Formats: sequence, structure tokens, C-alpha cells
Amino acid sequence: MEKKNPEYRGQATGGCVKSACGGSQAQLSHLPEEIHKKVHNHPCYSEEAHHYYARMHVAVAPACNIQCHYCNRKYDCSNESRPGVVSELLTPQQAVKKVLAVASRIPQMTVVGIAGPGDPLANPERTFATFREISKKAPDIKLCVSTNGLNLPEHVDELVKCNVDHVTITINCLDPDIGEKIYPWVFWKNRRVRGRKGAAILIRQQQKGLQMLVDKGILVKVNSVMIPGVNAHHLQEVSKVVKQKGAFLHNVMPLISESGHGTFYGVMGQRGPTARELRELQDACEGNMNMMRHCRQCRADAIGLLGEDRNAEFTMENIEAMDIDYDTAMTKRLEIQKSIEAGRKAGVKRSNGVSVSFASFQQNAAPRSVIMAVASSGKGVIDQHFGHAGKFLLYEVSDRGVRFAGYREVEQYCDGNETCGETEDRLQRTIRALHGCEVVLCSRIGIEPWTRLEEAGIRPDGEHAMEPVEEALIAVYQEMLKTGLPEKSVPAEQQALA
Amino acid sequence: MAYTIVESCVNCWACEPLCPSAAIIAADPHFIIDAGKCTECEGDYAEPQCGSICPIEGAILNSLGEAINPPGSLTGIAPCRLAETKAEIQAR
Repeated sequence: MEKKNPEYRGQATGGCVKSACGGSQAQLSHLPEEIHKKVHNHPCYSEEAHHYYARMHVAVAPACNIQCHYCNRKYDCSNESRPGVVSELLTPQQAVKKVLAVASRIPQMTVVGIAGPGDPLANPERTFATFREISKKAPDIKLCVSTNGLNLPEHVDELVKCNVDHVTITINCLDPDIGEKIYPWVFWKNRRVRGRKGAAILIRQQQKGLQMLVDKGILVKVNSVMIPGVNAHHLQEVSKVVKQKGAFLHNVMPLISESGHGTFYGVMGQRGPTARELRELQDACEGNMNMMRHCRQCRADAIGLLGEDRNAEFTMENIEAMDIDYDTAMTKRLEIQKSIEAGRKAGVKRSNGVSVSFASFQQNAAPRSVIMAVASSGKGVIDQHFGHAGKFLLYEVSDRGVRFAGYREVEQYCDGNETCGETEDRLQRTIRALHGCEVVLCSRIGIEPWTRLEEAGIRPDGEHAMEPVEEALIAVYQEMLKTGLPEKSVPAEQQALA
Repeated sequence: MAYTIVESCVNCWACEPLCPSAAIIAADPHFIIDAGKCTECEGDYAEPQCGSICPIEGAILNSLGEAINPPGSLTGIAPCRLAETKAEIQAR
């Protein structure tokens, strides 16, 4: 199916705003001391921690008990990076082994989550067997789980027993009339319950589960998928209600609905929100509660820092060959994490330095923002060759700072429609993916792509190789301000953010 | 009397733990039902469990070879209304 617009696959927005990078302590500072302690080292919850600590998801939970229109249950696909997608289904025993292996090799891995590929609580035996073993063998690791909420109330006690301290519930609505447009059916008490009735059961269970978790002192984050024309207008209300009930963070994510993913929404042509719509909603919700803006919507088997996936290093085959002495590893982990904590203070200072340079912009009228793309493997520095980048990180850079604005993926494979294939080479696809960007930063770039990028109106920049992303973006923006920002038509900018 | 899983199965595992007769086998390239074990859930549940959780229309057939979940039954959109619904959704 051909899309009307060149699609902006905005998987996430917000993020490394200069103030937020150094300032998430303040962002979370209203939280009670106990909660603050719990999230301090959690990369998914603390905007600052995501630069330092890593998490992993283990894919032990294949079955699902509801259908969401944005999900395709054919999850066995390694070409995609989005929630619910994994390549290797693990048994609980394999998962435990994998966790110990990763924890030994990546000492900054502090969190293990079960997020799918189905619903963890639709696979309670597998999920809880995994949690029980990990908490026994690696008590220093935090456990978290992500659920649609349908079976949540009946499992709250077991979650408490396993020492799970963070739960994410995906709540897309409070109103069954909206719910029936998102969830065609749920599997409830051994029957398939369709339409509004099914949605009403799901919503009731989610709200009940949220309340029970809060009462037990378990941290609850709420995820919502923003679907234009379906729940977009309703999510501010969701934000308000879940905060009232005690959720500590609300993460509004954009719908991902490419036709090639084979989801109902994708096939039917339901659009996702534009980056602007998403940001406006996130801004509107922020008055209600803490918003999470650095989410990268990672795969269900993601390993590493957010936005970086090292899963390929830890296949079961590789793990079987590893010799793991966890007691020794744990000692090492504690040492390294201590040194990270010492380094974090220094890091904050550096960010402050960056923001000072912004204060020195004495502009009468605020200069316009510039969309820049970055080729980075996700370690926070510009470390990828232009030709090797499978996806680009997008940032909106302005005098207010740097704002993560999502990903652009270079389509790697033919998805069967007539517009792809022999007629278009990889470079063309890459340039198309970068449509609307004015600058692309990479570690290196060849002469041909350089020329063709310039022809396409995108300035290649290879001068900031191995520099931290945000600092490099600011340097480029300052340079552009000095030489004068080129005129840019408003429609072009809108397209870039659309 | 037994159900059959056909090749449109996506191996999502949803049915496997629910079967009261342990008749579902996680096979390659897709899951299969052991016809000798399948009871169509008679005596255990009012509705066959695999057919009640399967997310794919047409992936499970009854003993007459008919789809337990015919086209439109899981999306909630009857095939005759597909074009109309699509237009509605694309206008969002």
C-alpha cells in the first residue's frame, strides 16, 4: 500500500533537551525519597539514568490474550525494532542464563524486564519462573514487567512476592467506546469477548490492577499509544486519571503503523501522529504529571542502553559457550556502578556547560529550529559511517536546546509494493528517509553520497566523528547561526516534522 | 472430531497452554493439532479454547474444514464493509 506522505516514523520524541539531560533529577525530584531511590538507576524511568545504565528484556512470554489493532501477532521478525517484536523466544531457563551472561559482560545492566512478545501475564508460569530464578541468582538486578493489564489483578500478589518493583501498564483509554476502536476482542474467562464489551473488561481490569499495585507500593508507569482520530483527544484525561490513582510516570508514544508491519492499522491506512501533534499532546499532559520523553520503543528482546541493541551478541548459542561466575561478576558490577555514580556528577556539570553556551545567544528574534540527522550506533556519540547506518536519529535543534525527535529508518528490504526494489538503490532510499533534514552528521561519508546529499539539499557533516551527539549538534547549529540560517519555507519545515 | 491448524498460523503460542487435552504441538513451520487428542473442548469448555484465542482469521478449521474464525470475525469488520471502514480510518 502506498502512503500519501513520505512517512516520518516518529518512534519517540523529546529526550535530550539540554535542560532535561542535566535536569531530570529535578524532573523526578517531587517524588517521595523511596520512589526516587528506586528510579535513580532505571534507564527507562529516569531520563538521566538512560545515558549510564542499561536494561535488557527477555522474551519468555509469547502468548497474548487480547488483540490490539496496532500489533501484529506474527512477531518472529528480526528486521524490525519496535515493541512486541523479538527474534528468539526463550524458555525461562534460557532466559536466566542469558541474564547472568549479560550481567557479567555489561556491568551497567541494572534492569531486567519481561515485555513480551505477547503479554507476560498471559504466560504467568513462564514469566514468574523467570523472575523467581533471577531474584534468587542475581539479587542485585531490578525486575520489571510490562502488561496490557487484563490479567493484572490476579497476579499482583505474585509480583510482590517476586520483588518486582516496576510495572508498566499500557492504557490507551478509559472509555469503552474508544476502546472498541483499538481492541477488537479480549480473551476473558475462557471466551472471546468482542467489541465494546471486551474493551470495557480490559479497561476495568487495568484500572483495578493499577490501584492494587499502587496500594502495594509497586511503581507503576503507564504507556499510551497516541492514535489520531481514536484516542489522541482523550489521552490528557487518561494522564490525569492515572496520576490521580498513583502512577508515577506517563509515557505517550506515537502509533507506529507502517503497512509493511501487517498490523490492522497499518493495512487499513490509520496514520500515526506527526511529531508536532505528539509533542503538543506531551506538553499538554505534562501539566498533569511527569512525562517520559526519552522512550525509544525498543524491541521486546532489546539489550543495552536505550536506543542501542546488543542482542545479536547474546544469542543462545553464544551464551551456552560462556563461562559465568556470577558472584565474581556481581562484585565487579557493584564497583563499576559505583564509579558510574561518581562520574554522573561530572556529567551533569558538562551538560550545564553546554547550556551556558546557549545562554550566550543574544538574538532579538528567536532563530528557527533545524532538523538534523545523526548516524550513531546509540552509544551517545557520532560513530557510524553514513553508508552503514540502517537508521538515523533525528533531532530538532534550536536556541532552546536539542530535542530528540525520533528515528528515520532506511528501508532495508522490499515490502512487496511496486515502489520498492530495483528502481531505487540504497542511497536513494537513505536520502528519501532523510527528507526534511537539513544536516546529517556521521563519522565518515563517501564522495558520491556527499554529492547526492548536497543535491538533495541536505548538508553532510563528517567533522564531529566520535563526539557526543548533543554537543556536536549544538556546535553545528551555532556555526549555522554565525553564517546565517538559510531561508526555509514553512511548508518544508512542516514536512520535516510531519 | 478434531480441529486443524493450517499454514496461516503465525506460531504465536496463544492456543498452546490453553488446550485442555494438550493436543497442540509447537511444530515447524506452524503449530499443529494432534487429531487423536483433540476433543474440540467438549466437556471442558463451552467454546473451543484454541479457536477462542487464535488471533488469525482462518487459521483453525473445524472437522468440516470450515474456519472457526471466518473473515471479518476478528477484526470486527465484515468483508462487505471493508472499503467503507478503510476510508473512515484514512480520514482520521
